[in-house]
Amino acid sequence: MLPVREGFVLAAILFTLGLTGVLVRRNVVFVLMSIEVMLNAAGLAFIVAGARWRQPDGQVVFLFILAMAAAEVSVGLALVLELYHQYKSLDTDAISRMRG
Amino acid sequence: MLGLLWLVPVFPFAGALLLAVFGSRMGAKAVAVAGTGTIAASAAISLLIAAAFLGAPPPGGAYTQTLWTWIDAGSFRPEIAFHLDALSLVMMLVVTFVSLLIHLYSTEFMRGDEGYSRFFAYMNLFVASMVTLLLADNLLLLYLGWEGVGLCSYLLIGFWYQDPVNGRAGQKAFIVTRVGDTAMAVGLFLLFYSLGTLRIQDLMHAAQTRWSTGSPVAIAAAALLLGGAAGKSAQLPLQTWLPDAMAGPTPTSALIHAATMVTAGVYLIARTHVLFELAPPVQLAVAAVGAATLLMAGFSALTQNDIKRVLAYSTISQIGYMFLALGVGAWGAAIFHFMTHAFFKALLFLAAGIVIEALHHEHNIFRMGGLRRELPAAFWMFLIGGCALAGLPAITAGFYSKDLILWSAANSAVGGMGLWTAGVAGVLLTSLYTFRLIFLVFFGPAATPVSRRPGLAMVLPACVLAFLAIAGGFDKAPFLAFMATALPAFREASGGMSELVSSVAAGLAFLAGLLAAWYAYVHNPALSRAAAASPMGRLLHRFWFADWGMDWLYDRVFVRPVVWLAAVNKADFIDSIYDGLARLAALGHRLLSVTETGKLRWHAAWIAGGAVFVVAIVMFL
Repeated sequence: MLPVREGFVLAAILFTLGLTGVLVRRNVVFVLMSIEVMLNAAGLAFIVAGARWRQPDGQVVFLFILAMAAAEVSVGLALVLELYHQYKSLDTDAISRMRG
Repeated sequence: MLGLLWLVPVFPFAGALLLAVFGSRMGAKAVAVAGTGTIAASAAISLLIAAAFLGAPPPGGAYTQTLWTWIDAGSFRPEIAFHLDALSLVMMLVVTFVSLLIHLYSTEFMRGDEGYSRFFAYMNLFVASMVTLLLADNLLLLYLGWEGVGLCSYLLIGFWYQDPVNGRAGQKAFIVTRVGDTAMAVGLFLLFYSLGTLRIQDLMHAAQTRWSTGSPVAIAAAALLLGGAAGKSAQLPLQTWLPDAMAGPTPTSALIHAATMVTAGVYLIARTHVLFELAPPVQLAVAAVGAATLLMAGFSALTQNDIKRVLAYSTISQIGYMFLALGVGAWGAAIFHFMTHAFFKALLFLAAGIVIEALHHEHNIFRMGGLRRELPAAFWMFLIGGCALAGLPAITAGFYSKDLILWSAANSAVGGMGLWTAGVAGVLLTSLYTFRLIFLVFFGPAATPVSRRPGLAMVLPACVLAFLAIAGGFDKAPFLAFMATALPAFREASGGMSELVSSVAAGLAFLAGLLAAWYAYVHNPALSRAAAASPMGRLLHRFWFADWGMDWLYDRVFVRPVVWLAAVNKADFIDSIYDGLARLAALGHRLLSVTETGKLRWHAAWIAGGAVFVVAIVMFL
């Protein structure tokens, strides 16, 4: 029997760490990595919940998240490459042309 | 045959529509044919209907044709329906025929004007509106025609719109009559509210059975309708628009004065005569307004120097006679005078148009003169029309109708010697200003050379009208008998004046006016100049020339305060509320656009914060 409470706490900690990374890191590559951490935290929560109620749905959703994360990373990395070509920098604060 | 009644308003309306849509692409000939032909068709159908009506009068002396239900809202169900009785039949005949003659005249008068097709479109719409007004079975349809007539008068008075003066004259006519129209609209509301119908026949019947003579609501309704009638018919105190309406083309003036528009008020009062009989004070007011107007306009006409303005004041004065007749209960006499007036006033305007055209649009009668030899046709027309207007005894139609009104005023229970005296004084004034006009324009030395002579299309209609201006008065007895089928007969009070005495007095007044005009303007012209130059004469001249200062008074009392208020409130303080809302939105926009920094981390933080906020709301609320 999986410890449910501890599982959710771990997922929350991972999610918060990922979010903090997105908010504080300026390097685009690290931002992408932090997003991966957040996605996996959400996946962990689904696994724990699926185990708790003995349903396969949690693991099914985790497979979806994995597929989605793979797609996201491929698009994200392509964008990162293009950004570097354009700006010769990976600093997100330098790329702020969409100002109101 | 009576079933063709609906075609009478439809033909001019179709002509107006055709000319409004395709007029600019049609040649002048086609426009003239379309404009005049539709009126001719309308007049021909009127004649057929009249023949059928007289040959076999419908039961009850009235024929109603219902086309369709106009509005269906609960108990409020006005219909598009036409009502034909002796009153509307006579009005319809006169309106369509006089309009036909005026249209025929206009085909030549307006030739070469760049707005040729526009002119005929307006004129046709004018006739269509007037016929709708006359034939309307309910007061709402009547009001539609009433407003249509007002609109067309505005369009035609301001026809030569390049000159701002004409546009202002059109606006003045529209706004001043609107004052009366508002009173009339309120009157209609009151009638519908208290009697529950707007069908004229039902309304009259209900009023007769449910209201007693002199009841306050009857007085209020009649007074409100009188307000509308006074506005349209240019009676005191709303007469100021008519002299300025002379800014329009001369055929328009003829149409407004003779056939359409100004007689609408007379028709309205005659049509709703039951209400006025139930409200004796208002009926007396009708007579008093008529008597006062005919005298005031007579004095004003004496001092004008514009040939058309003299005729305009004469119209106001003659409609004063019709109101006088309505007020004393001589309904038939009022309609009789309407008919003869339509003939001779149209004739006078057509003749005046010939004179004005011949003299390069010269309107000032002091710069005319000696035209008797240069324009003999116009002279004879004008003389016949003028004699009919002034009431040359025994020959002209104007004498018979006016004489009937005078006699009625003296012998009515409502009237009396005061009204009769005013009427006879009016005859003297009419004769004086008419012959002053004729002597100044057609006699004496020539002042302006004649540049253009009228063609057949202008002379022929005037000839027909001249014939009618003389012959139109000989059928008095059968006419009155026919009118009695639709309107109550005149109730003669005992101990009045004999008809002979009244006629002789009117004839003497006519003669006195003629002689005075001859003496002052032909025999001894220095006399009139000296009279006008004396201090007292100058004062009176200025006073009467400005229509008794009515325009000045209205300018001070109504126009200036409104203009002042508009100037003070130029920024429109109510607008500032809406401006404030707009400014608030702009401020919010500026504040929110500051948050759009373009920095990815800020956006992510806002999204995260927003998500937390939404989840918190869902969880804790």
